[in-house]
Amino acid sequence: MIALLTRDLKLAVRAGGGFGLGLAFFLILVALVAFGVGPESALLARIAPGILWVGALLACLLSLDRIFALDREDGSLDLLATAPLPMEGIVTVKALAHWITTGLPLVVAAPLLALMLSLPGEGYLWLFLSLLLGTPALSVLGTFGAALTVGLKRGGLLMSLIVLPLYVPTLIFGAEVARRGAGGLSVEVPLLLLAGITCATLALLPFASAAVLRVNLR
Amino acid sequence: MKSIWEYANPKKFIETSQALLPWVTGLTVVCMVVGLVWGFFFTPDDYRQGSTVKIIYLHVPAALMAINGWFMMLLASLIWLIRRHHVSALAARAAAPIGAVMTIIALATGAIWGQPMWGTWWVWDPRLTSFLILFLFYLGYIALWAAVEDDDTAADLTSILCIVGSVFAVLSRYAVHFWNQGLHQGASVMRAGALAGDTEERVSNVFAAPLFLSMAGFVLFFVALVLLRTQTEIRARRMRALMARERRG
Repeated sequence: MIALLTRDLKLAVRAGGGFGLGLAFFLILVALVAFGVGPESALLARIAPGILWVGALLACLLSLDRIFALDREDGSLDLLATAPLPMEGIVTVKALAHWITTGLPLVVAAPLLALMLSLPGEGYLWLFLSLLLGTPALSVLGTFGAALTVGLKRGGLLMSLIVLPLYVPTLIFGAEVARRGAGGLSVEVPLLLLAGITCATLALLPFASAAVLRVNLR
Repeated sequence: MKSIWEYANPKKFIETSQALLPWVTGLTVVCMVVGLVWGFFFTPDDYRQGSTVKIIYLHVPAALMAINGWFMMLLASLIWLIRRHHVSALAARAAAPIGAVMTIIALATGAIWGQPMWGTWWVWDPRLTSFLILFLFYLGYIALWAAVEDDDTAADLTSILCIVGSVFAVLSRYAVHFWNQGLHQGASVMRAGALAGDTEERVSNVFAAPLFLSMAGFVLFFVALVLLRTQTEIRARRMRALMARERRG
């Protein structure tokens, strides 16, 4: 499993576009929103948690098709399937690799971008924490979507249609934590619910992802 | 004793549903016509809502079927995954567009009712939002069926999507509730005492009977459409198989 993880990470770094692209997209998105709604900092500060959460979600979505598509093209996915590793393990490692290459940089970069959107001071910690807690769920859910559409020629758009509704609960609780944090309110309830969603998806969804991957490799 | 799984045989299913269909269709027509005509023309206007209250005879049954349609798909998907009956997978496929249309009807009638009552076509109310999300789930499900070429693969994938989607649809429903408390009134139709005592915030007797009739009508309508569409799917698949055999010569 560790070998697979390091392989995926190396591929992401060396093939280019793994770390950088998602981040660049995130930055552009935030800039575009600022252009769209105007430079008024009070307004930007108010919508900053939401923008950053939606931005992280879209940046995550954009890199999902890389999870399985390349491996399927060159046949290494079939090799992985016949390896002694259970399929559930493979999809979990894949999701973890996706999180490290996409989710983690977003989490680290988010406070910086929040600065550009003039988020109030109390909000940074909660924004960081909520993204740290929430992005693994996004990666795991995305892996499910990627596994579902891996056999399709043009699965990208279909995958967005399937994955985005699944992101709704995570987005709601995550953005709520960040918003309440920025407003100086108690964040306990949404934070716990967000953590609950992440734990549940981490525990249960790999079984579904592995099942659909098996069907697709039949 | 006959087992219910006999109807998993496509031939048997077609025979039985063929025999049932006229009855179901007839009952549907009776229930819907009586329920809707009674509801639209022979109930008094509500003292606050005027005649707009009558849209309830379309709105509530459609919403009912939008949710239960997905539930039926979930059951059919489980049966397919566990017992591998093709009819079951096809029934789930047949039900999806009907459920999606029911969701649209519920949203549209709700908007038409909401405009004079709440003064807005759309609010980000929990119920409205969860219905929108449900509609998106229907769309994803239908799109996945259409995108996968191999029938059995498509059935497997959509079944698993349906199960995962069910969990997330329920989760979204509660998440959305947390996110925004809404304008939409609670379910007042089935509330205890809805048919007897005169409590506040319930559908009163005058409106209840035609409402139940049109709800029954919508349920039967859904059943009839699913039976018919499943038959069509079975025949289409059989036709494809025959054509493929002929090509092979």
